[in-house]
Amino acid sequence: MKTVTENIIEVEMLVKKFGNFTACRDLTFEVKKGEIFGFLGANGAGKTTAIKILCGLWKPTSGKALIGGFDVYTETNKIKKNIGYMSQKFSLYEDLTPVENIRFYGGIYGLSRSLIKEKTALALHELGLEEVKDLHVSAMPLGWKQKLAFTVAMLHEPKIVFLDEPTGGVDPITRRQFWNMIYQAAHRGITIFVTTHYMDEAEYCDRVSIMVDGEIKALDTPDKLKEMYESQTMNEVFLKLARG
Amino acid sequence: MNPISVHHLSKSYGNTKALNSVTFEVNEGEIFGLIGPDGAGKTTLFRLLVTLLLPDCGSAQVLGFDCVKDYKKIRKSVGYMPGRFSLYPDLSVEENLSFFATIFNTTISENYSLIEDIYKQIEPFKARPAGKLSGGMKQKLALCCALIHKPDVLFLDEPTTGVDAVSRKEFWEMLRRIKAQGITIFVSTPYMDEASLCDRVGLMQGGNILSIDTPENIIRKFPHRLLAVRSAETFRLIGDLRECDKINTVYPFGDFLHITPKSPDCDIPEIKDYLEKKAHQHIKISEISANIEDCFMDLMVGQNEEKH
Repeated sequence: MKTVTENIIEVEMLVKKFGNFTACRDLTFEVKKGEIFGFLGANGAGKTTAIKILCGLWKPTSGKALIGGFDVYTETNKIKKNIGYMSQKFSLYEDLTPVENIRFYGGIYGLSRSLIKEKTALALHELGLEEVKDLHVSAMPLGWKQKLAFTVAMLHEPKIVFLDEPTGGVDPITRRQFWNMIYQAAHRGITIFVTTHYMDEAEYCDRVSIMVDGEIKALDTPDKLKEMYESQTMNEVFLKLARG
Repeated sequence: MNPISVHHLSKSYGNTKALNSVTFEVNEGEIFGLIGPDGAGKTTLFRLLVTLLLPDCGSAQVLGFDCVKDYKKIRKSVGYMPGRFSLYPDLSVEENLSFFATIFNTTISENYSLIEDIYKQIEPFKARPAGKLSGGMKQKLALCCALIHKPDVLFLDEPTTGVDAVSRKEFWEMLRRIKAQGITIFVSTPYMDEASLCDRVGLMQGGNILSIDTPENIIRKFPHRLLAVRSAETFRLIGDLRECDKINTVYPFGDFLHITPKSPDCDIPEIKDYLEKKAHQHIKISEISANIEDCFMDLMVGQNEEKH
């Protein structure tokens, strides 16, 4: 068993308002090092807003948040160096090849040429992409793209990786291979912060939070949540909470 | 006459075969679900059937009309909701709806009973520009616009993609009420669990239809014995089971793993024994029947093996 003690994300009474609208209300939670943390919620519940704050892209209205020990108000550059991010919508440059994407992101994160070369060879081999390494990313099947995007998001060995709906539309076999990559990363001590609409994937998380109308309504292990809400599956838990 | 009838329909984009000689029929009044991941060819098939694309070869009829020659007749009698939001973002909710009604030579009031149920939910926002609606409301408006001319067949391309579990459930409840009014529904989805909500489904992957039947029959045809396994350490359990020579496939499914034993008489205590020797705790193993996703993965693997 892995031992988890250190908090890598600490959020306390975090609030984000847009005019009169409160997108995030008093969010309070911690994520431990090496944990797979599922961040669930209905469309419009405030997940994206919260993720943008945690990634150092937006400033909160009030409250506190430390990401890898860095403050979301004052140390956003340090946060960005210590996290990886991928989403379903944006992750790779479609008109670059896999090798060019790796070189580009490696360069952005300041990796040395020799390290980029080493990482490229490793990634192509592990993902079985040698055959398509000279094709534009746009010509690759979605599942391959997403696996490559995850690898690219971890090139600079971040402490935390944010995955925003990484498996949407991906075929069921590749979706499971993707989760295998998540498990392996978590095993190496990387913290995973993931959103998904597939409720079976919620079961793969160590702990899950469920956001409803800007607030975290529940946060626990999938087993405890199912017990608490007298449900057989996380899908039932989600429906009970989100439908209020 | 079946409302949709497709014969050896193919379509390529350059070297990519998007649709590979697909043949099937959709029965009148049914909800037919096309289930498959991104890149399976679902959208290409939709666009061919609603006459927005021309096939390379093969033929298709919608309501008895040919998809190439009779495109004007088809366009009049079908409703189409594309995967991407395609209403006018700077027109209001009401303006969008009356625009679509006018194009089809009808009025909102003429077929109001058909959309009443859904439209009531967005009516409080009828003056708001469509571009400023939330995802769920956009979807409801798009559905109203696709229904306003009382089509005989409704084409819905991935209406629930990226939509949360609650809104998905509500959407399928709306579809059942539309079906009850006698409209045939042709719908696609990447979510395998939505298969059970359809009367019949086609499982699609890589431009091919892998199987077509009622969800119950597809499940009945699953050719292996299936066991559900869990222990205290899922990740290690996956690795250990994949190494076990008595087991073929190991796939995580929520809080259990689904495994197929190589031999039909491999018994549960044997596997339990193997796992106990590997120091697994809280082991649970039980016999289960497959779900659509099990079937889909099995058919996918079969298709890949044929190719190689």
